[in-house]
Amino acid sequence: MQEWIKDLGAKALRFFIYIGGTFNLMVGTVFQIFVLPFRRKEWINQMYKIGVMSFPIVFMVALFTGMVLALQSAYQLTKMNAQMYISSLVALSMLRELGPVLTALVIAGRVGASITAELGTMKVSEQIDALRTLATNPVKYLVVPRFLALCIMLPILTVYADFIGIIGGYLIGVYKLLIGSTIYWKMTFDTLAFKDLFTGLFKSLIFAMIICVVSCYEGFITEGGAEGVGKATTRSVVISFILIIAADCLFTALFYFIFP
Amino acid sequence: MIEIINLSKSFTSSKVLDNLNLIINSGEVIVIIGRSGCGKSVLLKHIIGLIKPDMGQVIVDGNDMTRLEEYEMDKLRLSFGMLFQGSALFDSMTVGENVGFTLREHTDIPKKEIREKVANSLELVGLRGIENQMPAELSGGMKKRVGLARAICNRPKIILYDEPTTGLDPIMADAINDLIIDLNNKLNVTSIVVTHDMVSAYKIADRIAMLYKGKILAIGAPSEIKNTKDPIVKQFITGAAKGPITEDA
Repeated sequence: MQEWIKDLGAKALRFFIYIGGTFNLMVGTVFQIFVLPFRRKEWINQMYKIGVMSFPIVFMVALFTGMVLALQSAYQLTKMNAQMYISSLVALSMLRELGPVLTALVIAGRVGASITAELGTMKVSEQIDALRTLATNPVKYLVVPRFLALCIMLPILTVYADFIGIIGGYLIGVYKLLIGSTIYWKMTFDTLAFKDLFTGLFKSLIFAMIICVVSCYEGFITEGGAEGVGKATTRSVVISFILIIAADCLFTALFYFIFP
Repeated sequence: MIEIINLSKSFTSSKVLDNLNLIINSGEVIVIIGRSGCGKSVLLKHIIGLIKPDMGQVIVDGNDMTRLEEYEMDKLRLSFGMLFQGSALFDSMTVGENVGFTLREHTDIPKKEIREKVANSLELVGLRGIENQMPAELSGGMKKRVGLARAICNRPKIILYDEPTTGLDPIMADAINDLIIDLNNKLNVTSIVVTHDMVSAYKIADRIAMLYKGKILAIGAPSEIKNTKDPIVKQFITGAAKGPITEDA
């Protein structure tokens, strides 16, 4: 019994240390954004690595999701002879939910994992200590460019995913289910409101912060050589996934009441 | 001068430094010896402020490193150079970018001048024309030298060496020893070397200090340490498998 309580206490302590650590990193990162010098070159480099290089994978995921969404909704809607609503359903689902969430999950897997692996390797090979001995703040040097790149590129990738998803739905709707092209576009844009795009983009900004803080923090606390880097990378992706879904649930509920 | 006063540090299960006291004079080469895992590197990391102690002070030229904020420490760190055990070169950068890192980040020196200083530092460690190579292309010995070139590029006043000869062949290890003595004379720096390589310690040290159970057990000139009567120090420097250290472990 005593052992059990001790174990529970240790787990609770680790949990609070983790929460405190990530919160500290978040605050430190936001603070360091405003400390000069601004590393433009590194920021642009990260935007390329994080954002531009992710366009192909986001394209594939969003296109297939849009197509599947159209096909699955057709399964029910054709029974009620309401297949022209497929376009509205695809557009709304993509903008409000699937665009932001799927893009964030893809980026957490592709970019979050690579950030943790890179920073984790730097940690275990003492490169982060070396940075500090060279009078350079690791948060400023390593986290800030990634944070800014993610906060800018994830919403852009989300808009891209929304558009590609709608195109996927269009391909199925027009060429398979034989809905007229004009009516498909009309039904798509008539349904959408600015708040649909805004709520999706707001969520993607929150997801970007989650991915960056979790993956960088996991990198910074990595210990134990190659095995430690592997474990940290897995943990980073798992925690990012859980937090993205949890934050999505929270903000969807919040927006439901703010923008009914 | 560096004064270490009552320094204590514990990690989850063990007390690594226990009320440690040590004074390091300007311009000397002090070698800290001790068994692997006895806290030598931890002591070094306290001196440059990478680790905060549980108790005690590290005073570098009148500044207490344990009480400074990170940004204040960064200013002081510019007068330090540190060679890491595994060199810790940034593997995403070329050798030239690694060596010139501090100058690029913390000075307004023009690029051309930085290139000259980088070449000069590389030459001091016996390397030439490898600025465009990546760290992955270098051998262990070359990495150590590049690490050293990076540490001395902005002409620090204090250089910390974490096991500079570990993992090197005897010839390369001796070359590194010569380099440490040479740099100490040429740049007039204070050198703090952590090692368990006694050949290296005897060759380079002005003073040798032995760290044992979190405290400095013995300190003195190499000849004094060599002729010590302390059984613990004796066992360590002779490398005997049997003796008070192993019996006590």
